[in-house]
Amino acid sequence: MSTIEDTKNHEDDATRRDFLHIAATGMGAVGAAVAVWPFIDQMNPAADTLALASVEVDISAVEEGESILVKWRGKPVFIRHRTPTEIEEARLADDIGLPDVQFDEERVTAGKEQWLILVGVCTHLGCVPLGTKSGDDKGEFGGWFCPCHGSHYDTSGRIRKGPAPKNLSVPEYAFLSDTVLKIG
Amino acid sequence: MALSPVTPNNKALAWLEERLPILTVANSVMGPGTPTPRNLNYMWNFGSLAGIMLVLQIITGIVLAMHYTASTMFAFDSVERIMRDVNYGWLIRYMHANGASMFFIVVYTHIFRGLYFGSYKAPREVLWMLGVVIFLLMMATAFMGYVLPWGQMSFWGATVITNLFSAIPVVGESIVTLLWGGFSVDNPTLNRFFSLHYLLPFVIAGVVILHLWAKKISDSGNPLGIEVKSTADQIPFHPFYTVKDAFGLGVFLIFFAYFLFFAPNALGHPDNYIPADPLVTPASIVPEWYFLPFYAILRSITFDLGPIDAKLLGVIAMFASILVWFFLPWLDGSKVRSGNFRPMFKIFFTILVVDMFVLMYVGGISPDLVLVDLGPNTAAILEQIIKAAPEAVKASIDSGMDINQAARIAGVNDAELAKMLETYRSSIQAIHLGMLATAYYFAHFLIILPVLGRVEKTLPLPESIAAAVIKPKTMPAE
Amino acid sequence: MKLLKNIAVALCVTAGVASAASAAGAGKHPKQVEWKFQGIFGDFDYQSAQRGFQIYKEVCSACHGLKYFRFRNLDKLGYNEDQIKAIAAEYEVDGDIDDEGDQTIRKGLPQDAFPSPFRNDNAAASANGGAVPPDLSLMVKARHDGANYVYSLLTGYEDESDAPEGINVSAGKYYNPYFKGSVISMAPPLAEGIVEYAAGNPEANLDQMSKDVVNFLMYTAEPNLHDRHKLGVMVIIFLSVLTILLYFSMKKIWRPVKAGKNFYEDE
Repeated sequence: MSTIEDTKNHEDDATRRDFLHIAATGMGAVGAAVAVWPFIDQMNPAADTLALASVEVDISAVEEGESILVKWRGKPVFIRHRTPTEIEEARLADDIGLPDVQFDEERVTAGKEQWLILVGVCTHLGCVPLGTKSGDDKGEFGGWFCPCHGSHYDTSGRIRKGPAPKNLSVPEYAFLSDTVLKIG
Repeated sequence: MALSPVTPNNKALAWLEERLPILTVANSVMGPGTPTPRNLNYMWNFGSLAGIMLVLQIITGIVLAMHYTASTMFAFDSVERIMRDVNYGWLIRYMHANGASMFFIVVYTHIFRGLYFGSYKAPREVLWMLGVVIFLLMMATAFMGYVLPWGQMSFWGATVITNLFSAIPVVGESIVTLLWGGFSVDNPTLNRFFSLHYLLPFVIAGVVILHLWAKKISDSGNPLGIEVKSTADQIPFHPFYTVKDAFGLGVFLIFFAYFLFFAPNALGHPDNYIPADPLVTPASIVPEWYFLPFYAILRSITFDLGPIDAKLLGVIAMFASILVWFFLPWLDGSKVRSGNFRPMFKIFFTILVVDMFVLMYVGGISPDLVLVDLGPNTAAILEQIIKAAPEAVKASIDSGMDINQAARIAGVNDAELAKMLETYRSSIQAIHLGMLATAYYFAHFLIILPVLGRVEKTLPLPESIAAAVIKPKTMPAE
Repeated sequence: MKLLKNIAVALCVTAGVASAASAAGAGKHPKQVEWKFQGIFGDFDYQSAQRGFQIYKEVCSACHGLKYFRFRNLDKLGYNEDQIKAIAAEYEVDGDIDDEGDQTIRKGLPQDAFPSPFRNDNAAASANGGAVPPDLSLMVKARHDGANYVYSLLTGYEDESDAPEGINVSAGKYYNPYFKGSVISMAPPLAEGIVEYAAGNPEANLDQMSKDVVNFLMYTAEPNLHDRHKLGVMVIIFLSVLTILLYFSMKKIWRPVKAGKNFYEDE
């Protein structure tokens, strides 16, 4: 039934049709892919959660030798005002072959060595070590002691004895002034 | 049911297909292996659109459930948190809220397409009835979904609608208490509505599969309403109807996007941005627009019928207005399916569509709103005059008397009379319009369609789909 | 298609009758103002909203809370982090429970919501002659034609003697025809001279102040409006192009169908 003209039209069509199809399908696919993003991104922390991502702490009331505990991102954070002896002890232990080698000066801010800021979660199985409150068992090295499986941390929060594999981690923080500390 | 088997070249796919013939089924429902009438018009786009809307509602709904808290204490706040703090929360929530409206627009169009083209007639009765079941489930789902934000309309809508069941004799009150899980709409009610609102869409999806299955058995109808006679009447579903559906989807999404981005609250009620307060009823309780026609039917019944009081009768009428669709295949006796060949039906169908919009309008306004003022109500004014008249002259005023004359006899002064003329007036109120529209609604299905089936002179049907839609070929001049 | 046209005509007639009827039945409609946030390309009037915030802070906040609006939300209104911290610190909010079990009070932080001026609804009602001043966070969305409504309400106070017969304005109440029932418990909140705008701003007259308050409340009610309109324009442009492509694609694909080809026998 087809005529010569028909066939010619048909060939012209083939290329234009292909282009149209590819353009339409491609654009549809891109659109669908982009539309997926809001549905994934909604699972990321919401604005109210992010607003609590950093806390500011007034540390003026923390006397030398004392520690306080603040809550940050749902976890405890230890803030310790170390005595010169504690700092010295920590520095002396720098190169005695620690399980997780790290120098004390890497774990504190230069010029503010007396302030030790740690995430208070034992690196073994996630318990909160003792040693912040005044009557607590500070462990064999005068730092912290995790009662769950007996991990001992020193005055730099480094693991010295027990099953924990890593040192207590140091959160991101900054001194906004001499007395205000911003964590996170 | 003839399936069109698919044998993939890929060995792994072939292995799977042999054991679970997914591709074969897909091919037989909407693939190249699905012969479909070649003359479907754009009205046939709305089935697939409804399916897409169902999927979209389920996806957005699941996402919202990740952030929503079903508790009277936190529901409203959690919705506001979605709107303000959750990433793209506003987009997803507006999508869901407006999506419900869009879903109903699509489904109403789909239903009225069926009504016009006789899609409910043999052999598609079950296909149609499954559709009505889907619609009922949608209404239940939408109603419970509207309660979840726990705004004023949520609360009072839930209170009013659940109270409908109290009209049922004897057990009504117990049923309402059971629905509430307490003595008013409260935390237990909200929790069960959330649970059911999450469940029902999946039930709908199940019935949609049955709906598609029934469609596969009976094949799509078509605008001519005649059955397929040969392969000349058919074309493969893919690519012809897939691309047509895609184009239709594009147009529809533009419409949807307009509401979503530029008028997201136009279809909602401002009172739902006020937290629910069980001690303060809003000035007027209005359901969502898609329930308005049925709400109008409910409110239009203000009279008792024998032992059935108005309240129960209204509830019965409201449910009957949808349930009557189940009997449509037998109420409409016409042998001709498509309204295109039924000149009288066409007129009544147009009236029915307008009637639905009238009901929608009436459902959204106060029943005693005056639509047309017919002037002073003489009978009522005379009654007042007689009441005001001194005992001695009471007997000399009769009901046929001119008002001014009666006033003179009774000694009612001009100022008083003027006030009466102002106060007592006859008018057509929304409720009257609602009664009329309700009467037409039922008459259409219960009287007009059966009668039309007998008396209507239909137009001649074409020989076949192909004969009707393919223009005779003209050989090009050599 | 003719059928659709008939239906459309019939609907227009019905709608005409309906709108005429409803216009006759409703109360006093809000005054219509042209807002910058209206329309497809509408965006907040940030300057005006900042002034509105100033009025909220200095006037409205004495009675009205803003519980869904947080200090940090001021950022998109053009305040920087330090300014927000300073504003938050002007307020006192409930802090943690201390070691003795008592409620502490601390200075506001950016993550806090604007505190309610009253402890609870009962306290609010007893301090305000029985009427609870509503929270304003969602006010513009919680009233029909909300922006115009709030503007009309603020500028719509009239003298009691102008109240029509049948409306009794009792002591301690005010006549405002835009309020439902026309009798409102709130004293006219804004008057010339009640706030002082910084240099470079328009004169703080009643009309300007009311508009500023509305612009601010629009932001508290719908902080996503800016993003929504921007995204909406892009989405509609994208969908239009896609739909046009699909249209031509469809036309091409359907050509043999229109030509009457039988796909099951021809070839």
